[in-house]
Formats: sequence, C-alpha cells, structure tokens
Amino acid sequence: MYRYDQIDRDLLRQRTEQFRDQTRRYLAGELPEDDFRQLRLRNGLYQQRHAPMLRISVPYGLLGAAQLRAMAQVVRTYDKGYGHFTTRQNIQLNWPRLEQVPDLLTDLAEVQLHSIQACGNDTRNITCDYLAGVADDEQLDPRPYCELLRQFVALHPEFYWLPRKFKFGFSGATNDRAATRTNDAAVHVLRRDGAIGYRFFVGGGLGRLPLLGQEMNGFVPESDLLMYACAILRTFNRFGRRDNIHKARIKIVLREWGIERFRTAIETEYAKIRESDEGEQLRLWPEDIERMRTHFSAPPYRPAHEARADLAAPAALEGGFAAWLKRNVRAHKMPGYRVVFVSLKAPGQAPGDCTAEQFEALAELAETYSFGELRATYDQNLVLPDVAERDLHALWTRLEAARLATPNIGLTTDIIACPGLDFCGLANAGTIGVTQEIYQRFDSLEAQYEIGPIRITMSGCMNGCGHHSVGHIGILGVDKHGEEWYQVTLGGSPGNDAAIGERVGRALARSEIADGVARLIHTYLELRSDEEETFLECYRRLGLAPFKARLYGADAEAEADSEAAAA
Amino acid sequence: MSRILRHRAIVEDDWTLAVDTAAAPSACDRWIVPLARWRAERDTLRAGALGVLLPNTEDVEALYPQIAASPLIALHFPTFADGRALTQAVLLRNRLGYRGELRAVGDVVRDLVFWLGRCGFDAIVPRPDQDLAACREALDEIRLAYQPAADGHTAVWARRRTGAAAPPHSDAR
Repeated sequence: MYRYDQIDRDLLRQRTEQFRDQTRRYLAGELPEDDFRQLRLRNGLYQQRHAPMLRISVPYGLLGAAQLRAMAQVVRTYDKGYGHFTTRQNIQLNWPRLEQVPDLLTDLAEVQLHSIQACGNDTRNITCDYLAGVADDEQLDPRPYCELLRQFVALHPEFYWLPRKFKFGFSGATNDRAATRTNDAAVHVLRRDGAIGYRFFVGGGLGRLPLLGQEMNGFVPESDLLMYACAILRTFNRFGRRDNIHKARIKIVLREWGIERFRTAIETEYAKIRESDEGEQLRLWPEDIERMRTHFSAPPYRPAHEARADLAAPAALEGGFAAWLKRNVRAHKMPGYRVVFVSLKAPGQAPGDCTAEQFEALAELAETYSFGELRATYDQNLVLPDVAERDLHALWTRLEAARLATPNIGLTTDIIACPGLDFCGLANAGTIGVTQEIYQRFDSLEAQYEIGPIRITMSGCMNGCGHHSVGHIGILGVDKHGEEWYQVTLGGSPGNDAAIGERVGRALARSEIADGVARLIHTYLELRSDEEETFLECYRRLGLAPFKARLYGADAEAEADSEAAAA
Repeated sequence: MSRILRHRAIVEDDWTLAVDTAAAPSACDRWIVPLARWRAERDTLRAGALGVLLPNTEDVEALYPQIAASPLIALHFPTFADGRALTQAVLLRNRLGYRGELRAVGDVVRDLVFWLGRCGFDAIVPRPDQDLAACREALDEIRLAYQPAADGHTAVWARRRTGAAAPPHSDAR
C-alpha cells in the first residue's frame, strides 16, 4: 500500500494543526457556528443526533495492520468502542467529543489516516474496486491512479469550495465492483491498442435524483488523468448551481445543459489545459506512474505448491467451514491463493459496525494470513485479499471466534444500510431495527442459499447513503407526520448492468416493511424460471406488476382499482 | 483609509471601491468600479487609476482582452464558501498571464486567506471584523502543497522525479 514520505507526513501534520487552531477558536467563541461548520465538514465532522460524527477517509478502501490497531485504540479512547464502515469504504465514529477531535486526528495521522475532505462541498475520498490487484478479471490495477488523483485533489485550493460534494470512483476490471457510475465521475482504467488510458463517465449520483454517470470520453491518455479531472472540476466549480443545495451536484449541470453542450464544455477546457503551461505541470510522466506503481506491487506470494491445500476433506467434516468456503471465499488470480470476505453482517450487528476487539483481531489476522493488508468493500464488508489455501481453515476458526465469519456474503442478510435515525441527524427513519427484522425472517442459511444472490439496500433518508436506489430491493425511510414509513424500489443495480430501481408504490408502515420484503422474496421464489434465475433477472423478465401485487397484499387490488378509476 | 494585506504585508489601502454609482472620482484618486459602470464610463471617468470589480459569474477568458490593461482586478466572494472567484483568479494568473493586482473582496475571512494566496491573489481585503495580523499568518498555515496552483509550488509528483529529462510530448489525440 502507499507509504508516506516526508512531504506527505509534513503536509498532514500542518493540516491537522490548522484544524486544531480552528477548533480552538470555535470553542473560544472567536469563530461563528456557521463559519466553523464549513471548516469542520472539510475535516470530516458532521453534527449528528447525539454527538459530532467523524468520518475517516480510507483511501480507496485500503487498510494496513498498523492502521487497524490504531483504529482499535482510537475507538476505545475517543468513542464507545466501535466504528462503522460505509458504502464509500470509509469509517465513521458516532461519539467523539469535538474538543478531542484534533487529538484524535493527530493519533490517526501517525498511521497515515486522515479526515481531509471526508465531508463538505469538495472532492471526497476516492473509492475503488476492493479486489484491485488480486481479481482475475482485472486489466489494470487502478490504485496507483487513485493515489495520484488523491494527491492532486487533496487541499486543492481552486476546488476546495465547490458547489457541492464531488466523488470519484475507479475500476480497472471487467466487472464493476465499486458502483463507479453512481459517482460524480467514474474512471475506468483500461488498455486500448496497447496504450493505457481512462474511460470517463460524469454526472452520476444518488440522493434525491438518482442518476448514472454518462460517458464523457472513451479514452483519455494515461498521462492526462489530472488534466481531465481538472477540466471536470473546473467546469463544475464555474457552472454548478449554488442557489439550491438540492440542485448543486454536477449531474444537474449535465441535465440542464444536455450531454452535447456539457461534453463540449469539458472537452474544450481539457484541450485548453493540455495546450498550456498548466498542462505541462499536470502531465504525468511514465516515471511518475511507475514510482506510484511500486507502492502497490504484489506481495511475496509463496509458490503454488506451498500455498495449495486440499479443502474438500475439512469441508466435508465441518459444515460451517464448507458454508463459509462457499459464500465468503472467492477466486484469486494467483494459483494457491484465495480472496476472503469478512462479513460485518452477523446476527444482531448493525451492518458495517466493527468493534475495537474486531479491529485488533483483524490486524492480527491480516498480518498472519494476508501480508498485513485488508480492504473495505462497497457492501460494508471487509476483504483479506491474499490468503493461501493452506491457511483457510485456521483463518476461518479465528474469524468465527471474532464473529466475523457469517457465511452470508451477497445473500439476503448481507444488507447494506446507513446508520439511520438512531444516529444520523439527516435521517427520517430508522434502518438498523428494520434490517434486524428482515434478518430474523431469513436467518436460516438454507433459506438464504435457496434465494441466492440478492442485494437489499436501505437508506434512512433521500440522501441515499445506503444506496437504496441501486438495490435489487431498495428501501427508503421517509417521515410522514412524525411516523417512520418505508418506500420500496425494485430492480436497481450498481454493477456492470447498473440501473436505478423503480419505485413500487405507496410507502409501507414500520410494522409492515419487513413482511413486505419477505413477500417480495417469496414472490420471486414462486415465479423464477428455475433455480439459476436470480432475483434481479426474474424481476427484469417479469417487471413490476407481480411484485407490486404481492407487496401490498390484499390492498393491492383495491389500489389497482382506484388507479384504474382515476385513469 | 482601511488596512489590507498586500504582498504579504499589512498596508494602508490606497484604492477606493466605488459601489455607489453616484460617487464621482476626482482626477487624483485610485478607484475600483463594478464591471457595468467600468464598461459605461471608463473613458470618461477622471480617476487617477481605474480598477475593475468582476462578479464571480463573469467569464474572465472572454472578457480579458478588455480588462488586460487594468492595473487592478477585484474578484468577489459573496460568501467565503463560494469558490467561483478562485477559478477566475487561477485563469487570470496562469492562462491569461495577468500580472496586475488581483484583489479578493467580499466575505473574506481568515480561514479563506490560505486558499486565496495559493490561487494567485496578491491583495486581500478581509471582512471588517477580521483580525488582519491573524489573516497574514493564515497565508502560511500550510507550507507544503501537493498540486501546482498560482503561487509557484511545484507539483509533488514532479518534486519526486529523479531528474531524468522529460519524455517527448505525446500527441496521441
């Protein structure tokens, strides 16, 4: 992973001191609340329901053992002993005290972690394929490019006060595992006719108006990553709306202008940058990219014959191990190695939560079994990327002991959810309680295996941090006269077949939602063509109608009648 | 006369911002007038020197041939969190080569000053309630930079190079 040099260390230290002084002035009454708000957001601090929430950037989702140990220490010292992994591969703390945050950030800086631009109207933490470097469908490892771009946008003075947040997502593989097109800009690193370049999509985003990014340029040359990013950010800074927070993302500029005018603006700016001194300064040399690549070189894998193991025999003896192998272990590009998913979706656990003890256990396991490295996934789980087959059984035993081996990756109980009303100041409705109720209805592994791959996603408000718009079953919490209600969308997907889900109809009450989801799943089991057809395929084949009819139970017919009457 | 930051020093301001259209400059004064008035009256105003104040929505590239000779261009921050004038400043300095005084006016607070300095502003007029000495210190809050802007910092990726010559410019496009 990327190792800081003196420049990185000094810059982060000076930044932390800048925020320490801002916090001191605010607490001393020298800085008005509204002014401080803009500053604390750019250091990862939201005001939440109970306390400030601190979002810690995990650059492109990569964590090392030292960072995991530091996280254990930090959540014990400054919080209530746990942290929360988000869909943007970040970690959130729900209970830090503002006056202690500068010290907390100083501790994190020791292990190359920070909260720079974790919130606020700026360029946010960059997300990336969590299987970068180990996936067998990878064309190019996107992480060196992520880090080059991270350094370009970190504290960029021209783009520090944007109209609204701006998110980049990267992939270098055939399968998009990072929901890249839900970002303001998606960057696909690829090879064409022997040359490396980038396919750029712009204008994606979830929230109130969920949209997928549209292709801006099919091949930007490798040297021009920062130039093209600069052209997009400059166009956004100039033309993004600032009169209405709900219309301030770059996707609105694209929508209001239309794709041709929008593309012309970005391409014109890119051409001007490219022809100028600015372009000379932003142009990446092969040497720059090579140097960055060395930070992400492959670990010293053992020869295949030393790494391999017979897994059939232990699996036959232990059902739990067999289930875990089937659901939580995936192929690796190196013979004898596997990718291990660590589930943060155990029964009774809020999706994505991780305790201090688990952070410590993970540090230990990463060091022992995966060259000291761990990744956070888009689905709020974790990945140990480089595990030898011969270590799998020992690793499973230890993950089990830490409650990190629930064999449910990609299944019904692997629910994505934001923290919801229990923590978040923006939320309209609770999420954690609902996820637990859905969980209880499908707790048995047999039932989950029968159902197969399904993505249930849930957000506590329109902002969509739980990515409800791109769930196969998406659930959105809304407030109706002070009560919690839940809207359901169907057929969304964040991957290669990306789609925004379709809203089914009226919202369901808190008491109805878990049963409603269960009815949708049972509808699928009854209607699927065969066991191979997934929920999403089945939905796409049959459309909304049969699911809608069952979601509302007996009410559906009455509703259909009244709709017909209205028409 | 109020005090401002210019070239990193606290100095008396020798310019007057004439937002009031009725005010009539005299021949020896140095006046800054809004773009609309500047367009209408620049040939008839009898000021000693005339600077122009641009709204942050103005396309500085299109306008530049008209204002290039102005000794001062003032850019406006309606709120400190509205960064449009930062792009205007970078374009004026880097792309258009403007070398006159580039002045930040409006809701200019201490915590914006660092970013102004990096984007090429050499004159900063803080909001009246701001502490000037603190503003001057803020210019150096962070003394390193990852990326080039308009203050002479070399890009960090270039600083890390070994000293080999630049590769030939690719003209693949």
